[in-house]
Amino acid sequence: MAHWIEPHPTGIYVRPADAWIDPSLPQARALVTHGHADHARGGHDHVWATRETLAIMGLRYGTASGTAVGYGEEIRLGGVTIRYVPAGHVLGSAQIILEHAGERIVVTGDYKRRPDPTCLPFQPVPCDIFVTEATFGLPVFRHPDTGGEMDRLLHALHANPDRCVLVGAYALGKAQRVICELRARGHHDPIYIHGALERMCALYADFGIDMGELRPATGVAAKEMRGAIVVAPPSALNDRWSRRLPDPITAMASGWMRVRQRARQKNVELPLVISDHADWDELTDTIRDVAPNETWITHGREEALLHWCMTHQMRARALALVGREEEDEG
Amino acid sequence: MRQFSQLLDSLVYTRSRNGKLALIAAYMRDAPDPDRGWALAALTGNLDLKAVKASAISEMIRARTDPVLYEMSRDYVGDLAETVALLWPKGEEQPAELDDGSLSLSAVIDRLHSVSRAAAPDALAQMMDHLDASGRFALLKLATGGLRVGISARLAKTGFAHAFNLDVDDVEQVWHALAPPYTALFDWAEGRSARPDPEGTPYFRPFMLAHPLEADSVDLNDYAAEWKWDGIRIQIVGTGTETRLYSRAGDDISGSFPEIAQAFAGHAVLDGELLVKGDTQGGEAASFNALQQRLGRKAVTAKMMTDYPAFVRLYDLLIEGEDDLRTLPWTDRRARLEAYMALLPPDRFDLSALIDAPDFEALADIRAGARDAAIEGVMLKRRDSPYVAGRKAALWYKWKRDPLTADCVMMYAQRGHGKRSSFYSDYTFGCWTEDGELLPVGKAYSGFTDEELKWLDRFVRQNTLNRFGPVREVEKTLVLEVAFDSIHGSKRHKSGLAMRFPRIARIRKDKPAAEADRIEGLKRLVS
Ligand SMILES: [Zn+2]
Ligand SMILES: [Zn+2]
Repeated sequence: MAHWIEPHPTGIYVRPADAWIDPSLPQARALVTHGHADHARGGHDHVWATRETLAIMGLRYGTASGTAVGYGEEIRLGGVTIRYVPAGHVLGSAQIILEHAGERIVVTGDYKRRPDPTCLPFQPVPCDIFVTEATFGLPVFRHPDTGGEMDRLLHALHANPDRCVLVGAYALGKAQRVICELRARGHHDPIYIHGALERMCALYADFGIDMGELRPATGVAAKEMRGAIVVAPPSALNDRWSRRLPDPITAMASGWMRVRQRARQKNVELPLVISDHADWDELTDTIRDVAPNETWITHGREEALLHWCMTHQMRARALALVGREEEDEG
Repeated sequence: MRQFSQLLDSLVYTRSRNGKLALIAAYMRDAPDPDRGWALAALTGNLDLKAVKASAISEMIRARTDPVLYEMSRDYVGDLAETVALLWPKGEEQPAELDDGSLSLSAVIDRLHSVSRAAAPDALAQMMDHLDASGRFALLKLATGGLRVGISARLAKTGFAHAFNLDVDDVEQVWHALAPPYTALFDWAEGRSARPDPEGTPYFRPFMLAHPLEADSVDLNDYAAEWKWDGIRIQIVGTGTETRLYSRAGDDISGSFPEIAQAFAGHAVLDGELLVKGDTQGGEAASFNALQQRLGRKAVTAKMMTDYPAFVRLYDLLIEGEDDLRTLPWTDRRARLEAYMALLPPDRFDLSALIDAPDFEALADIRAGARDAAIEGVMLKRRDSPYVAGRKAALWYKWKRDPLTADCVMMYAQRGHGKRSSFYSDYTFGCWTEDGELLPVGKAYSGFTDEELKWLDRFVRQNTLNRFGPVREVEKTLVLEVAFDSIHGSKRHKSGLAMRFPRIARIRKDKPAAEADRIEGLKRLVS
């Protein structure tokens, strides 16, 4: 089946289109699912991606050369019909739908099924081959209701008026989503952000995502940030940077926070289980929804999902792509 | 249940002692009755439930989920209770990751109290369906009999005291007159009733403790000198009808040393050192290692009592009959103690002898010449000192024998080399900062016996928090007495200290981690 698509450690090669999906090495023609660094690299000659993803890549790599593909729009490359469909992962994220020789293949990139105010929801597309991620491919990963996690964050904030809550959140996607979720829970105070988030937040705002009042956390007196929420990339949590903050309660928004040891390892005091990836139930429900003849698992904890497919009489294989980072994104 | 499970979670994630105290205090103020009383019992280790075995828990999950997926999950997560809590498949009609609020902590405890061992797994399963992952974790920890959230009974009581602006020593005094869920305690704390009257019950009195001697000498006209014995400091409390033995932390250890409790029928409170007789020293006290064999054992066999016969070397008499002697000068209490000895069976009790030295220099010579393995150093007690709780400046000093020692808390363990490669035999240990943070001060891989190594290895495996390749981070609960030749300033370590030739002198199972030494204290030893 589908001899026209080949998994390689460095990405998925679509032979008739002579193009790569999310290649980890520079290629002539790259189809990019979304802007995270493990999927979107710089240095390709030509990129096809959503307008948002191209803008994110432009911000990160300074290159804007590419063809914008709108959601649902059809393009043809060497006899392959290609469509980008929302993946619900981050702003601009897409599944890439490939049709050729009477077969349909869906490459999800990263995705999730629960609502996210910063991007369009995942759209299941029935297919012959479903190429899925498996970042949280273990049944212990079941993300709780996002609202409940935000309530815990606000509770900690209100219980400690002299401190601030420092939320570690991945710079692309998670940070903006957390801010929007806070706004949706009625938190309208200014939110302070680490310098590394500023340009990405501005980009989101340009695409119409309203995050309320954001202020830079740098150059502000500590006492001004008492009782406030500060959002920073995870790497800044235990960094010297955080010493400027008023006695911060260290929170971290990530699917990995579901496991105590993971949270303790990162010195997190307030773990928030908020993920931009599908949890176990979402992964297995999605495979059921799209009912493929075969499931390919790109990255994450593939053994468990493989086992699950097999015990449910579904064909599956693990691809072992290189260079996919799971840690920070979660 | 959610309030309690959130408390446990927060305790796990909060590093500073003050932060933990604040969490416990807030819970004790806010939680409803009798939940908070049961929570206090759980946190202080006073919850007496028939423990459900780990094997019953894993059977329970295997029956409800794919065993292969369970194994993979267990491998990834590590802890059994946590794996099961996270993995638990709720019934179709149950709300997903949500504590539906139908179970209170006291309802859970009632159920666990009343259920038979055989029916326990089913009862657990029913309750699990109503909880979220945190709630299931708390429930499984309660059911398997060990919360292990890294806090001592003392810390929990201190948190309780903070909640109601009480003195923790006052709480300690009435503690043993009360039973879970401590209704009388909360009534008193919130001003609804008078302080519970502990009279007539064998309750614990806080110990008087000593400062390390830092001055070059003291005047022996003011201070009496006495050996500091290398055993377990205990308090014997007898009401005439009942006798209890308490450890430094106020834990009731009567069950581990029944022969001592049985040999004491008096109505008095005494302070002494629990030791084991060793024949190598002609019936004198044996080294601490011998005593280790008796510690922490729930069931004591007759053989253990014969092989490691315990006795108490008495230091002080706090209360005799109705007379509280604690306000009297040490000299008077000593005289009363010497007279009291006549009432005690000599095979189980003897008197800690005073050291007769004309001056401090002579005392230093005697101390340097002491060869008895059970001598840990010299105590200097102000002759006019009352018996007061805690460490009060200038009243009592401990003058430990060389080498230098420090009580440290085990933080990390690493596998050894060669024939020890299957054991976690290299230990990184730390001391407390003023903010209650534990910082590493050194690493040791010697000083213990093979028996102790086995015990330490098991401790590491059962108390692992994290794995980093060959290194495991452990629960910060085990105190190690570390001996070292000297200590120096070091820029390489966050604590700013480096020890020379550190080795494990003793495993202090009797000592709460919070009472380990502080970095500040170690800094004063820098040479
Ligand atoms: Zn991603
Ligand atoms: Zn990814």
